[in-house]
Amino acid sequence: MTLFKSTVTAIAALALMTPAIAETPQERGFAIAERNDISDAGFATSTVELTMTLADPSGRTTTRDLRIDTREKEGEGNGDRSVTVFYSPRDVEGTALLTHSKVIESDDQWLYLPALRRTKRISSSNKSGPFVGSEFAFEDIAGAELGKYEYTYLDTVTETIGDQEMELNKVECIPAYERSGYDKIHCYFDTNVFQARKFEFFDRGGQKLKTLILDDYRKYDDAFWRPHTQTMTNHITGKATVLEFGDYEFGVDLDERDFEPEALERL
Amino acid sequence: MSRPIVFLVGAAVCAAAAAQAQRLDVRPEAAIEARVFPDDAQFSDQLTDSQLSLILTGEVSWRSKDRSTRLQVKPLIRLDAEDDERTYFDIREASVSHELNRDWDILVGVSQVFWGVAESRNVVDVINQFDTVEDVDEGEKLGQPMIRVSRRGDFGTLEAYYLPYFREGLFPGADGRLRTDPVIAADEARYERDGDEWAGDIALRYINRFGGFDFGAHVFYGTSRNPRLDFNPSTGTLEPFYPELTQTVIDVQWTRGAWLLKGEAIFGEMLGDTFTSAVGGFEYTLFDVSGSGWDVGVIGEYLYDDRDQLRLPNTIFENDVFIGTRLTLNDVQDTEILAGAIIDDQTGGIFASAEFQRRIGNTMLMEIEARAFAAEDDPFIRALEQDDHFLIRLTRFF
Repeated sequence: MTLFKSTVTAIAALALMTPAIAETPQERGFAIAERNDISDAGFATSTVELTMTLADPSGRTTTRDLRIDTREKEGEGNGDRSVTVFYSPRDVEGTALLTHSKVIESDDQWLYLPALRRTKRISSSNKSGPFVGSEFAFEDIAGAELGKYEYTYLDTVTETIGDQEMELNKVECIPAYERSGYDKIHCYFDTNVFQARKFEFFDRGGQKLKTLILDDYRKYDDAFWRPHTQTMTNHITGKATVLEFGDYEFGVDLDERDFEPEALERL
Repeated sequence: MSRPIVFLVGAAVCAAAAAQAQRLDVRPEAAIEARVFPDDAQFSDQLTDSQLSLILTGEVSWRSKDRSTRLQVKPLIRLDAEDDERTYFDIREASVSHELNRDWDILVGVSQVFWGVAESRNVVDVINQFDTVEDVDEGEKLGQPMIRVSRRGDFGTLEAYYLPYFREGLFPGADGRLRTDPVIAADEARYERDGDEWAGDIALRYINRFGGFDFGAHVFYGTSRNPRLDFNPSTGTLEPFYPELTQTVIDVQWTRGAWLLKGEAIFGEMLGDTFTSAVGGFEYTLFDVSGSGWDVGVIGEYLYDDRDQLRLPNTIFENDVFIGTRLTLNDVQDTEILAGAIIDDQTGGIFASAEFQRRIGNTMLMEIEARAFAAEDDPFIRALEQDDHFLIRLTRFF
């Protein structure tokens, strides 16, 4: 839920002016998630290249190189727009996925298949299925819009993430969209710079299925925090997927037309 | 992960990013292909058993730092061990494109264009000539010389095409399988329009979307890509005749939940006759079936064509039903299976196909195809009736 970093909504901007201490665990949980969402407001556009490494329990690995262009949401009900382009493996090189994420409605998605030069509108109903064979499900990489979950504050804990000990707010996040593969997600936000540090995903049977650790956060333009390593571990299969990000570039010259389906064949 | 390693990984990725700012890629590929025909040939001079091919291709591409200028070149050579007509060279792509302040985009050179939304057949897809020696299912195309000017705006996208040179179809030789009877003499092609292959075609296409609808429409004036095959009694061969074609076209897809509803229609005029050709249907996908990660898609389409088959270029796709399924495993090797059949509800003729593909390691792709024909009363399929085949292709990317 954080591969494509989420940003602010009009509601969130209003919330800046309201008291920080919420009454109920639900209000407090929402306030924590909102504080994280607001911390990202105003990034406008970004582009980043990353390597996805898929590892099975025997240690065999496969890598995929990708680039993600993101444009911050505009207007109520809309989420961020993003284009994901694959550089490798070679047989899928140039394949691109365009996502217009929405808060309540289902996202709009287009897939570009370079061998056929075909841009195809696809169904965005796939939530729980794996994204390109990785341990990330489609719902994990979709835009993490605030309105997609219901929040309940659970606890404040101290944990070591990477090599850093930090205080974390633990919030229960329950998917509000249809067809999620998760019963609930335990979301951990640090209390210092309010970034997401860990997610624990529980399947429909209530069993802990996966853990995502977000590490190596760096701050850009004195404003925007981005994790540069994301590790998703599947506790059932023992498989893991690691995302290693290069440097983000913010304020890149990408306008709304670069996030239309007609732009995909020109990438 | 320790800090120095993080730094090294970061530095390596930065270096890669800098190199990609202005990006030149040279990506050769080589494939070996075997096509196996279990049945005896229907015509005496046709090859039997199997047909081996070597395919050498690859792409050279360059993109400017600001991504506004792109250069792409993709040649293809096929060397066929049995059929000389299937040994050929083609420039699939050799184009320069440039974007002016994001509203205007111009492309000059040889390129490929895909139009349409359907899965069985795209009746609106008219820019490129289909490469039918490569594949009988209209999945491969010859490169088309063109000038394309696009204007993108709040009103949608408008594209104007000028196609100065016509690409004749390629046809299997007398020793090849999957051919007509009698054989087509490609060298004897005739044209209705003055200037023959230099007569020049024009097209204007409009694309937009409204909510769940993706919509395209175009007009095309030029030479029909699909020839009428005229029998020449003195040579005993079929000779392609390419008539003038004017057509108005719409294609639309409606996407909602796991459903895609699709329709394409052309309203054409050729040799003084008007005709309609259309395809419409649905695609429904069951995602992550029983938590397996597998997606199973079901596709149903109907193909309609009311042309006068005696006067106009033929199509085998008239009043046919297509039923198909797509299985996507979403695994590390991107395994995919597509199977389907086109059934003519008047003649009972059937064209069935199954395709499997899976990556091996990081740099190899394995494709397996099976194709079967049942003619019944269908005159167009009868010549292919003995040509059921399997195909195995291994592609190595360098």
